[in-house]
Amino acid sequence: MFENYLPIAILAGVAVVLAILLMTLSRVLGPYRPNKTKLDPYESGMDPVGDAANRYSISFYLVAIAFIVFDVEVVFVYPWAVSYLDFGPGTLVSMIIFILELYVGLIYLIKKGALDWDLKKGMFN
Amino acid sequence: MDYLHDINAFLPGVIVALAGLVTITIDAYKNDHGSIYGLTVFSLLAGLILSVMDMFGPVGEAFTGMITYGGVSAFGSSVVLFGALFCVLISREYLSAIDHEYGEVYSLLLIATAGMLGLVSANNLIMIFIGIETMSICLYVLAGIIKGQKIGAEASLKYFLLGAFSTGFLLYGMALLYGATGSLYLTEIAEGASSDLLFIAGAALLLVGFFFKVSAVPFHMWTPDVYQGTPTTITAYMATASKSAAFVALLIVLSKMIPAETANWAGVIEVIAILTMVMGNLIAIVQDNIKRMLAYSSIAHAGYLLVGLAAGTPEGYSAVLFYLFAYTIMNIGAFGVVAYYERQQGLDFTDINNYVGLGFKKPLMGVLLSFFLFSLVGIPPFVGFVGKYLIFAAAINAGYIALAVILALASAASVYYYLRPMVYMYFKDPHKDVPLVRSGIVFRSTLVVLAALTLYFGIAFGDLHNLLSSFYTADWVTHLVGQ
Amino acid sequence: MISIDWFLALSALLFCVGMIGVLVRKNAIVIFMCVELMLNAVNLSLVSFSSHYGNVDGQILVFFALAVAAAEAVVGLAIIIAIFRNNLSVDINNVNLMRW
Repeated sequence: MFENYLPIAILAGVAVVLAILLMTLSRVLGPYRPNKTKLDPYESGMDPVGDAANRYSISFYLVAIAFIVFDVEVVFVYPWAVSYLDFGPGTLVSMIIFILELYVGLIYLIKKGALDWDLKKGMFN
Repeated sequence: MDYLHDINAFLPGVIVALAGLVTITIDAYKNDHGSIYGLTVFSLLAGLILSVMDMFGPVGEAFTGMITYGGVSAFGSSVVLFGALFCVLISREYLSAIDHEYGEVYSLLLIATAGMLGLVSANNLIMIFIGIETMSICLYVLAGIIKGQKIGAEASLKYFLLGAFSTGFLLYGMALLYGATGSLYLTEIAEGASSDLLFIAGAALLLVGFFFKVSAVPFHMWTPDVYQGTPTTITAYMATASKSAAFVALLIVLSKMIPAETANWAGVIEVIAILTMVMGNLIAIVQDNIKRMLAYSSIAHAGYLLVGLAAGTPEGYSAVLFYLFAYTIMNIGAFGVVAYYERQQGLDFTDINNYVGLGFKKPLMGVLLSFFLFSLVGIPPFVGFVGKYLIFAAAINAGYIALAVILALASAASVYYYLRPMVYMYFKDPHKDVPLVRSGIVFRSTLVVLAALTLYFGIAFGDLHNLLSSFYTADWVTHLVGQ
Repeated sequence: MISIDWFLALSALLFCVGMIGVLVRKNAIVIFMCVELMLNAVNLSLVSFSSHYGNVDGQILVFFALAVAAAEAVVGLAIIIAIFRNNLSVDINNVNLMRW
């Protein structure tokens, strides 16, 4: 039974070895001149230090929310693309209609200013 | 060619969904509520006419058997579109009066309506799931549509959390039914039905999901809070269109998919019906807020409808359909009058105690509210009486004497809380002089039309009842089983 | 070959974990995460049944369940933000303007 997991074990081993190897190589070969900014933890360009329960801009939520919708709708496109040859051009029409519906949503988002990063122009001014 | 046939079979839904998309686009480009409203009314009216015509047409399937058209589905679509149309007609004035008219309201109403049309036409569990969710997700948003209003946000959150919770049960039920029979088509599930645990558990979980949507006790907790917090005309929409859609779908599922011989659901429905009637009516008695009172009354009405389903006969099913239509007319009317009083300044007109002496100030509104409340009580010659009578007769004929007796007693108890606002309006002196704003012409005539319909269908119910009974003739049943 | 029973048992277990979470937790976002767990537990059942029967109907329902879950997440997060802006908290014990 356990021999089924052999490839996974090999993959894990390769990953660990490769990670250690690359880190060692870059430390040995690369120049090392630290300063404060470089040593800061990276957090998507935001200030990483402060209260964990800090409130941050509503724009992050809006973009995240819009992202979820347009991201997940792709689950319908993949199966369609895989089986397109079996079903023929009729399904192309259906898919175009589906994408157009999403496009209406995108137009609405843009026009309402939900994607404006500048809050003074956006929908929460 | 096939495509055209399919689209033609679901034309009301296609029109409404398309109108939803167009209104979103209009709303994105310019702040023009007039044209959005016009388009909404037009598309709902067109859909209503088409689905009423469909009722007299043939019965069949489309989209590779995903949906059915004609018969019960056409009637369900008509009720849903009727409810949506009249709610939109009274919404505009109410929403602009409370200064919260958004174009999104109409788009969301249209898309929710399209979901309901899918739901009442469903012939496959996937379609039921999509229909219910399209409807519910739009309604979660509509409940909290008024920005910055605490009570609306609260209603929205409660509706959302409990609604999503019940979706889990609904979906699990579907999964188990699929596991038991290997199909998601209602008729194929009926063929593969058995008494093994998987099938029974699946059917039970599916029913839990449905009971939640139709707010049957003990799954009714969300109803009063949501109905109270939502803008009143939207509440009217939730209480009528969405409830009718869920009930028609429940009826389709019970009559088509779960054969009474394998899963003895009549007993379950019977118990739930008794609980719903008793609890709904008893708690309604102590309510001071008229929207909460109407919410508990809508729970009680769900109980009456479940009596018709428990009967399980063609007579019971057609009585349920008739009652849904009756309930839609009178409930939109009642919520409409409440919406009229509620927009007045000065006092909180959702509190029944503030209705004192209002009846003589605006005679028309007082009379209209009396019409709708009398009809909700079930007093002849209003349509509510006919609906209740048909369900009562169906229960008696199917041998459910106890259910029929409890229905009669519960209705008798309901007289108290329905008549209370009227007593306040006509038999008590006003305690404060509140100027009442005159309602607009569209608002008023919509309510008058509804009142006329409660009277018309209360007297001339024969044609509609015959039509509904004809859906369940012997031919129709063989047609279903034959597939 | 693992028998389908194990998948169904795992799915039922996950569903119950989600259900208990909804019932006992007080934070609206955690409740919502538990609901998502319930939906995904069902998806596991559907996929196992689908592979058991060798037809794709169940998997199609899974696609729609995913899309619906995403739509619910969008609407739910927006509602929870609205509640937070009103109450400065997402504890459902503070959401108590209406009772009975």
